[in-house]
Amino acid sequence: MADDHAFKPETLAIHAGQIPDAATGARALPIYQTTSFVFDSADHAASLFNLQTFGNVYSRLSNPTVAALEERVAALEGGRAALASASGMAAEAMALMTLLQAGDHVVAAGALYGGSVSMLSVNLAKFGIDTTFVDATRPEAFAAAIRPNTRALFAESLGNPSLVLLDIAAVADVAHAHGLPLIIDNTVPSPALCNPIAFGADIVVHSATKYLAGHGTTLGGVMVESGKFPWDNGKFPGMTEPSPGYHGVRFYETFGDFGLCMRARMETLRVYGAALSPMSAWLILQGVETLSLRMERHSRNALSVARFLQSHPRVGWVHYPGLPEHPQHALLERQMRALDGVPMASGLLAFGVKGGARAGVKFIEAAHFMSHLVNIGDTRTLISHPATTTHRQLDEAQQRAAGVQPDMVRISVGLEHIDDILWDIDQALDKTET
Amino acid sequence: MTDDISTLRRILRQCRTIAIVGLSADWHRPSNFVAKYLQQHGYRIVPVNPRYDRILGERSYASLEDIPDAVDMVDVFRRTEDVLPIARSALAIGARCLWQQIGVVNREADALAHEAGLDSVMDRCVKIEHARLFGGLHWAGVNTRVVSARRPV
Repeated sequence: MADDHAFKPETLAIHAGQIPDAATGARALPIYQTTSFVFDSADHAASLFNLQTFGNVYSRLSNPTVAALEERVAALEGGRAALASASGMAAEAMALMTLLQAGDHVVAAGALYGGSVSMLSVNLAKFGIDTTFVDATRPEAFAAAIRPNTRALFAESLGNPSLVLLDIAAVADVAHAHGLPLIIDNTVPSPALCNPIAFGADIVVHSATKYLAGHGTTLGGVMVESGKFPWDNGKFPGMTEPSPGYHGVRFYETFGDFGLCMRARMETLRVYGAALSPMSAWLILQGVETLSLRMERHSRNALSVARFLQSHPRVGWVHYPGLPEHPQHALLERQMRALDGVPMASGLLAFGVKGGARAGVKFIEAAHFMSHLVNIGDTRTLISHPATTTHRQLDEAQQRAAGVQPDMVRISVGLEHIDDILWDIDQALDKTET
Repeated sequence: MTDDISTLRRILRQCRTIAIVGLSADWHRPSNFVAKYLQQHGYRIVPVNPRYDRILGERSYASLEDIPDAVDMVDVFRRTEDVLPIARSALAIGARCLWQQIGVVNREADALAHEAGLDSVMDRCVKIEHARLFGGLHWAGVNTRVVSARRPV
């Protein structure tokens, strides 16, 4: 039946979560730039607050424009439901702060984005939640670190900036054998290249600021739940017992397979307030429509850059999982989508300029149009030196655990013509000799 | 059991009177959520629960057989092992749909209803499916799987 046709990601990226506006017939998504929504009656208001009727109350909790982004990312990830927030860090916070409480423990990959390391090792630690960081390439290391009070495993599908790939299925097996959810930050591949839920992940978080939006204009984040985790396994009373934060609602019993997102919305987002603005959701959605096209070009350009760097006399090493000789290439083939038989590895790569950290800084300062900044996933090619920027709050041991070497330059390869990108890299490398 | 979008839409359009077996009068129980939602979306609900006289303004009956009016759907908020006699009663009163809520999965009852020509749904929530297929669930960021170039009807 037409209603049950399984639409492909390219189609979902344009259509999921948005049908023509009921009131006006507008085909494109309207921007519902309003803080609040009227009640039809006192009884209607009470039903909305009680969650007995689904509907909008206040844009800190939900908004129709934001909902379109939420449903679209849920559809692209093959998840049951999603919750948007003001940034990728906020999305991660919504997931972790909803699931965890004082006395709980997390096992996380060591090769994480610096902000995530800080959230786990500093901010959540302040509230009595401990984290053990392990080698992301060894699923057995996750198993060995699990304690009786562990409540989640956290990792990135493709580490930023380490570019370490996680064997999602293997780590999901470890998590599920212990009755725990696996949370995957899927920002770098984006849902166009990898769907962690298909490999067993239970929760996916995104910085929508990056490839989902793709234009470097707008901050946003999304958490997605698979709808498959058994929250009634005894380890998550917050999902099954009456909520003190939302007048006695039992979220898993009442909302079933989207109970986690409902709880994150009503307990966590509502209270901490990291809501995404409707305008930002709309801007991100303009980018999402072309996600698949862009990821193909980002990946193809990055592979060309990696090959060019490999043959360049000023380059000491190149790290890009899209290179066939990369030690994790077989995992890449298994876990990420291919274009014409070539697995796509997204647009991030790292390399070392001969001459160490000083030469790396020289390279960055000699770039003509490649921008020195700390974002990734922009149309523009971006370059950065993680040791002195994103990861500078970490000491050198923590930096190495996160996959950051002192001489490392990170490139987020953009959508400019590949000849121009290679020209700028070449001329900047030439200036590192002096 | 039935689980495709077209059939679920048809069931929710056709069934206007819904007997809710095991409906609680406690406002924060899931069954009360469902009944309140259905009332607000134009359905008549008929509570079936011997513990109460009235729930949400409707008279509550001790059993399905006690209901004097025609019932389209029997929505079951009871334990899986208790569903079979309820399915037999649903057949006896001429209901056209047996609906077992989330977590209620009695395959024998499902087969019985199906063989008797009733629509039979298991492990689904009437409210959630209604909201998914008629627009409301989109509000909660749920993947409704609805793709369309027409306004919602």
